[in-house]
Amino acid sequence: MNAELRAEIETHMALYPDSRSAALPALEAAQRVHGWCSPEAIEEVADVMGVTPASLEAVATFYDMLETEPVGKHSVYVCTNISCSLRGADELHAAIREAAGDDATFNVRAFECLGACDIAPMASVDGVYVGPLSVEDVPQLLDDIRAGRDVLADKQLSKRPCADVEANA
Amino acid sequence: MSAKLLLANIDEPGLNTLEVYERRGGYQSLRKALAMTPEEVLDQLKASGIRGRGGAGFAMGTKISFLPKGSMDKYLVCNADESEPGTFKDRELMQKSPHMLIEGIVIASHAAGIRRAFIYIRGEYVLQADILDAALAEARAAGYLGEDILGSGHSLSLVLHRGAGAYICGEETGLLDSLEGKRGNPRLKPPFPAIQGLYQGPTLINNVETLSTVPSILRMGGASYAKLGVETSTGTKLVSISGHVRRPGNYEIELGIPAREIIYGLAGGPPDGRSVKCWFPGGSSSPVLTADDLDIPYDFDSLAAARTMLGSGAIIVVDDSTPIVAVALKVAKFYRHESCGKCTPCREGTNWTVKMLERISSGEATPMDLDIIAGVQQNIMGKCLCVLGDAMAMPISSIIAKFRPELEAHIETARDRAGQVEALTGVN
Repeated sequence: MNAELRAEIETHMALYPDSRSAALPALEAAQRVHGWCSPEAIEEVADVMGVTPASLEAVATFYDMLETEPVGKHSVYVCTNISCSLRGADELHAAIREAAGDDATFNVRAFECLGACDIAPMASVDGVYVGPLSVEDVPQLLDDIRAGRDVLADKQLSKRPCADVEANA
Repeated sequence: MSAKLLLANIDEPGLNTLEVYERRGGYQSLRKALAMTPEEVLDQLKASGIRGRGGAGFAMGTKISFLPKGSMDKYLVCNADESEPGTFKDRELMQKSPHMLIEGIVIASHAAGIRRAFIYIRGEYVLQADILDAALAEARAAGYLGEDILGSGHSLSLVLHRGAGAYICGEETGLLDSLEGKRGNPRLKPPFPAIQGLYQGPTLINNVETLSTVPSILRMGGASYAKLGVETSTGTKLVSISGHVRRPGNYEIELGIPAREIIYGLAGGPPDGRSVKCWFPGGSSSPVLTADDLDIPYDFDSLAAARTMLGSGAIIVVDDSTPIVAVALKVAKFYRHESCGKCTPCREGTNWTVKMLERISSGEATPMDLDIIAGVQQNIMGKCLCVLGDAMAMPISSIIAKFRPELEAHIETARDRAGQVEALTGVN
């Protein structure tokens, strides 16, 4: 197996009194290498951690961010929980799905509340939060991902000030 | 103008770095705390009256005093799994002022005699986790974490643990199982985590906002902090407000101000020509209130008296353009998706509630179905290991009780367009 992956998993295991605590970070690391939590990826993690593959499979199937089927390389999680839906998230999700079509590059998913209702409707693109989005933003969003650019640079949460204007007085 | 403790200078460039945080007086509270005995620090936390900011509103000082005394392995776990729909306050704190959280954790661990701590952050918060990791490295290098902190004799190891997407891991015992590397299934309580938690050891679990407030409490003194807010809801609170308002976002308020001031004064109220139909005062798990309830003081006990809850401090506003059945269906679908499936009332109850609401929405129901849905909610509440099922049953019950005429009218008119489920449509 990939020596770097083994080393990363061992680093995580050393952080806890009980090394089994490293299951989530280990599976996440394996997913990054393999693209998903494939049977081979799970076998490798199990081998390093000294646990059974079945116990890790049970873990992998529980969590939304661990993929147990092959998926597109770029994840687009569209929040469709209540606050985002009140501002058009369901239409946004449908528009992204339609525009992405059967392009295997993308893993477009409707996601539960991503904790960014202040920029509703929003999406997490490979972990980068962008919003508020409209259906007009969709072509550029997908183009940015395809081109490897910063996704919708002016709509990233990281650049947004706090809403409480008195806070920075 | 109300006191800003958590959000003061929140957008100052570089506040996430140790240098700027220290320039703003950061880690002075830790120095003060380490010069005090653990009992003295605990007394300050008790005097502050601070109640947990994650959802349950339990007094922090009391929680610490539940931990057994002695030198056994004890743990502190910071719950940064923030996933209650409508809540995004901890995100802002961790992203912009991570050292405030770290400082609060070190002080709390000193008060509780704990030497090992974890921050469990939801996996979706990639940016915030990366910022926290960098802040942790700075704090370790500066001697604010690790062995013999600032020569005080107190030691603390603090590890950031990233989750992988599961609402139930915000429930404290589900979180503990997840942190032990398992599926995030809740545990039976008692024993409570303070007695038997992580790795079976006594465990103190606190929310990000609660712990981030600790440095302010030490700086001001518990008694001064307790003068903010109202008697049984002391201090300031971050409110995340979203949905149909003009200025969604995080605001820091003194507890006890009228809800109207938050919804209209701070967030600007619904867009022109529309009015508040209902609002969730504490995340999507809280029973809904209506436009008649806007003058309720926003604090733990006033909201409890109105038979709802402050929860995580997340206000979701729904305006009068929205069909109430679509709101109910959205909420119920979320809990169906997130039910871990361990307890039958929750697993089956969330599923059947969604199916019945879909029937109402699509015009295939009769008014009697409303009573059946209400009955199902009664059979979920209090009957499971954790409160996830209750978290659906509470808002759904309140929606059926408060909006029954609209739901009945919907059932009547919806028959004409049978088969079409009413969806939430964006109106902004």
